[in-house]
Amino acid sequence: MTDVDEVIARVHRAEWARVVATMARRFGDLDIAEEMTAEAFAAAVERWPTDGIPPNPGAWLTTTADHKAIDRLRREAKRREKYQEALMLSDSPEPLGVIDDDRLRLVFTCCHPALAMEARVALTLRMVGGLTMPEIARAFLVQEAALGQRITRAKTKIKAARIPYRVPYREDLPARVTGVLTVLYLIFNEGYLASGPGTEAVRGELTAEAIRLTRLVRELMPSDGEVAGLLALMLLIEARRTARVSASGALVSLAEQDRSAWDRELIAEGHALVRARLASGQAPGRYQILAAINAVHTDAGDVSETDWSQVIALYDQLVRLDPSPIVRLNRAIAVAEVDGPQVAAAEVDALPLEDYHVFHATRADLLRRLGRHEESRAAYDRAISLAGNTAETAYLIRRRDELPRPFGNGRG
Amino acid sequence: MAQYVLSVLTDTGDLATPEEDAAIDVFNDQLKTDGHWVFAGGLAMPATATVIDARGGEALFTDGPYVESKEFIAGFWIIEAADLDVALRLASQGSKSCNRRVELRPILGQ
Repeated sequence: MTDVDEVIARVHRAEWARVVATMARRFGDLDIAEEMTAEAFAAAVERWPTDGIPPNPGAWLTTTADHKAIDRLRREAKRREKYQEALMLSDSPEPLGVIDDDRLRLVFTCCHPALAMEARVALTLRMVGGLTMPEIARAFLVQEAALGQRITRAKTKIKAARIPYRVPYREDLPARVTGVLTVLYLIFNEGYLASGPGTEAVRGELTAEAIRLTRLVRELMPSDGEVAGLLALMLLIEARRTARVSASGALVSLAEQDRSAWDRELIAEGHALVRARLASGQAPGRYQILAAINAVHTDAGDVSETDWSQVIALYDQLVRLDPSPIVRLNRAIAVAEVDGPQVAAAEVDALPLEDYHVFHATRADLLRRLGRHEESRAAYDRAISLAGNTAETAYLIRRRDELPRPFGNGRG
Repeated sequence: MAQYVLSVLTDTGDLATPEEDAAIDVFNDQLKTDGHWVFAGGLAMPATATVIDARGGEALFTDGPYVESKEFIAGFWIIEAADLDVALRLASQGSKSCNRRVELRPILGQ
């Protein structure tokens, strides 16, 4: 990479969302915003190496995209009518609420609850994240054509159903922020626990992108506790990324991880965010509690130093917000460390999670610790058949094969 | 301002209960007060419908088309709203008031 390439890559990360968002407001049309921004970056790739890097790259890109859009609208009179219509639409006299930034409007539009979840994810990565269509298609293992259709359909709906380009009304805001965080967490999890056979166990480009987008949303809504909570949660999980998969590509459980390989900087940042939330005195939401649980884990120098009672207390708090069986399953894992595997197994067995691989993996581990090896083996088999992540599968196979063999079963 | 159709979906032939009717009245009054009201109406059962096909010149009449289908439209509102966020909120209130699912769809071309 030459110096100019590096600058362009950096400017792309820093300015893409801002240029798209400004264009979307100016022209009231996401298609034009996206295409003209992409063209402006293409122009930069062509011209900056010879003309030199402009003193204000962001302004250069916005002006270039703007000129290109106006040229195109002049060429296409029909589009121009639509454009004026759109302009009138976005000139809403409605006050825009406490927080206002074009990029935030863009985030809320892309994550609108009237769009299908897959479309929200794809639109957010494209319009806010600046990922290309091939990159998104690769990340989610879908055909580029299908992805293109999905995005086109979403954009059509935004226009025809008049999904507004605006920060939501105050009364809608809490639910809409939750919706945005769901999209970001989904992107992170797809990177963290990549599904699909033959894919890499952890796709760092997706976790990194999710963190970058969450940082942006935090910058735009600095006082929202759940945004801070989600960022902390992602950082504390990301910190363990390299320690989490072995050289042979198998998952390494939290207890077995080499804690010296954890990223201390990310942990420090995550802990600081969790502490700031605790100091706020406000009742924490789901992501803040999950972040606090991860803070307890990353606080322990060794698994034996983990403050499991604290973990259980946090899960109790989470169960009050979300009494779902998955939360109770995770709580039971901590219960096993305090009250023993017998108590935990009784709690796990009562959960209706027959199709969830983690349920069977948890049962398998508890049964192993109770010396019920054959039942444990059957549970590992079931977990292996349901797991979608290559590293998890490798881990489960290893654990199953480490179970002691009973005498005389002929498999020896 | 844009117009949207709010279709009431149902899979039973049950008419609205007195409580549902009362709630619908309150919702209708609210729509009128807030300037969202255009029109609304309940529909008779699908078995009362006639399909007319005059594309071939002479009009042909048949039953249907939703006589056999499990789910059908029991009524509708036409509302005016600044954007989808406003329309979604009204549709949620509409769904609550008639105690049924509703489909929200924009009317084209205004």
